[in-house]
Amino acid sequence: MSTRVLLWRQFRFERRLFWRNPSAAFFNFMLPLIFLFLIASVFGHKTKDLNTLVPGISGMAVMTTTFTALAFNITFLREQGILKRMRGTPMPPVAYFGGLLLNAVTNAVVQVSLVVVVGHVIYGLHWPRDWLELALFTLVGVVAFGSLGIALSHAIPNFDAAPAYVNAVFLPMIFISGTFYSTSSLPGALDAAARALPLKHVIDGFRAAIVTGSGLGHHLGALAALAAWAVGGVALAVRFFRWE
Amino acid sequence: MLEPAITVHGLRKSYDGVEAVKGISFEVARGEVFGLLGPNGAGKTTTVEILEGYRQRTAGEIAVLGIDPETRDLELRRHVGIVLQSTGFYTRATVRESVEHMAVAYPNPRDPAETIELVGLRGKEDQRVGRLSGGQQRRLDLALALVGDPSVIFLDEPTTGFDPAARRTAWGVVRALKDLGKTVLLTTHYLDEAQSLADRVAIIKDGLIVAQGPPSELSPGRARYRVAYDENGRRVELETDEPTELLHRLTGEALARGERLQNLSVSRPTLEDVYLELTAEAAEQ
Ligand SMILES: Nc1ncnc2c1ncn2[C@@H]1O[C@H](COP(=O)(O)OP(=O)(O)OP(=O)(O)O)[C@@H](O)[C@H]1O
Ligand SMILES: [Mg+2]
Repeated sequence: MSTRVLLWRQFRFERRLFWRNPSAAFFNFMLPLIFLFLIASVFGHKTKDLNTLVPGISGMAVMTTTFTALAFNITFLREQGILKRMRGTPMPPVAYFGGLLLNAVTNAVVQVSLVVVVGHVIYGLHWPRDWLELALFTLVGVVAFGSLGIALSHAIPNFDAAPAYVNAVFLPMIFISGTFYSTSSLPGALDAAARALPLKHVIDGFRAAIVTGSGLGHHLGALAALAAWAVGGVALAVRFFRWE
Repeated sequence: MLEPAITVHGLRKSYDGVEAVKGISFEVARGEVFGLLGPNGAGKTTTVEILEGYRQRTAGEIAVLGIDPETRDLELRRHVGIVLQSTGFYTRATVRESVEHMAVAYPNPRDPAETIELVGLRGKEDQRVGRLSGGQQRRLDLALALVGDPSVIFLDEPTTGFDPAARRTAWGVVRALKDLGKTVLLTTHYLDEAQSLADRVAIIKDGLIVAQGPPSELSPGRARYRVAYDENGRRVELETDEPTELLHRLTGEALARGERLQNLSVSRPTLEDVYLELTAEAAEQ
């Protein structure tokens, strides 16, 4: 069978198993909404804050479904010896990891959609102004964060250590990238760090697409930064890959 | 004539400067069942995993179906089935889903249902893999290795953890593979298994082959025939290279005393005797 068909079969297989763990699937999809509800309540449902929060939580959802999920997943598969088993078969690595990545991307798309729909239906935000830009930033974001998640898993020695490694990257990035609040008045060094990292660019792109509609032309810099992370992430993921 | 299915020539493997395999050579003909025996840490898994393409050798020439496995050739993997000493599963998948999922990666797979039946998992098709017993998971391992209908099969301790009935089933599978003309390289700690399945065995000790040949023809060395009988309620055991002479003497003496030799038995040296002798000898050096 062709690599494309095998990738699709792997994706279908992963999807089926994902739903076999219903409570995990439920919390996976509910977590960003819980954040949205809680923080919106804290801020008193002001549109100005929601205009920060909805793109911010959408960006965070992209990161948790791809970066976090794949770092955990690959570490687990390696520790269990499942990667080693697959390596002994004629399954092309591109098809196998493509299937895993597509599974993560599906979760990212579902979560971003949920957050956007809830933002509109419950909090009365406008529908996204630029769907194409939203799709484009989602796409580049999942490739960057997905490959970085796989790359990080190479550094994680075992599954028990995975939460520590993942959170060490995830939490600081969440707090400086304008996920829950506007970071327009961040101290210079932190602002520079946020700009160097990928999450802020996803969120900026999302804000433009969902809230301001300022047009892709104004966010080519963010897109370029993300694309650079995507290229670097893929290179790291491939270069340092460990099957065992 | 066809080239051998597996050739190993002067294979060496060091881990961080410590040599685990110290230059071993053997060949496995097409359609042959070859057994690798040896104590824990002898280098069996190292050898097998080099042949499977998982580990890189330090030196030596190897080929599987004429291809160097280190090249990670896709075509080679299509014709090789692997049961690793230990690997995990997708535990939330069912037995059938696991086997069917594996089958699609191969160009000419076996029928998944038939493969499940072959390894004795019939009736468990819809069970989640995570809820199988250890021995049942091992059978699934075998099914996953066979579903691609490989022509060379590597089995690293395939029956460890099997109950006696399951072991017989697995032996039946290996014999069936042989009847189909498949080549099998297996490692095992069960000498009866090697004796009854393998056309030839190699005994490895500390990274070196200390004996090689058909199980029945392995040089017994000091291992001897064993003659045993009961005398005054005690078991007497004697060892000899010449059982005819010894028996003649014993029975003659007994007849002269007007007695019988109770529960007389004569046993040939088993592969186990040879194995214990060879591996102990090597350890003494
Ligand atoms: N990845 C590794 N790194 C370092 N040393 C290793 C590695 N794998 C095996 N060894 C060492 O190489 C030697 C041979 O190990 P190997 O696993 O090949 O033995 P084996 O014959 O399969 O033993 P067993 O019967 O216990 O499975 C052992 O001393 C082992 O400690
Ligand atoms: Mg071993």
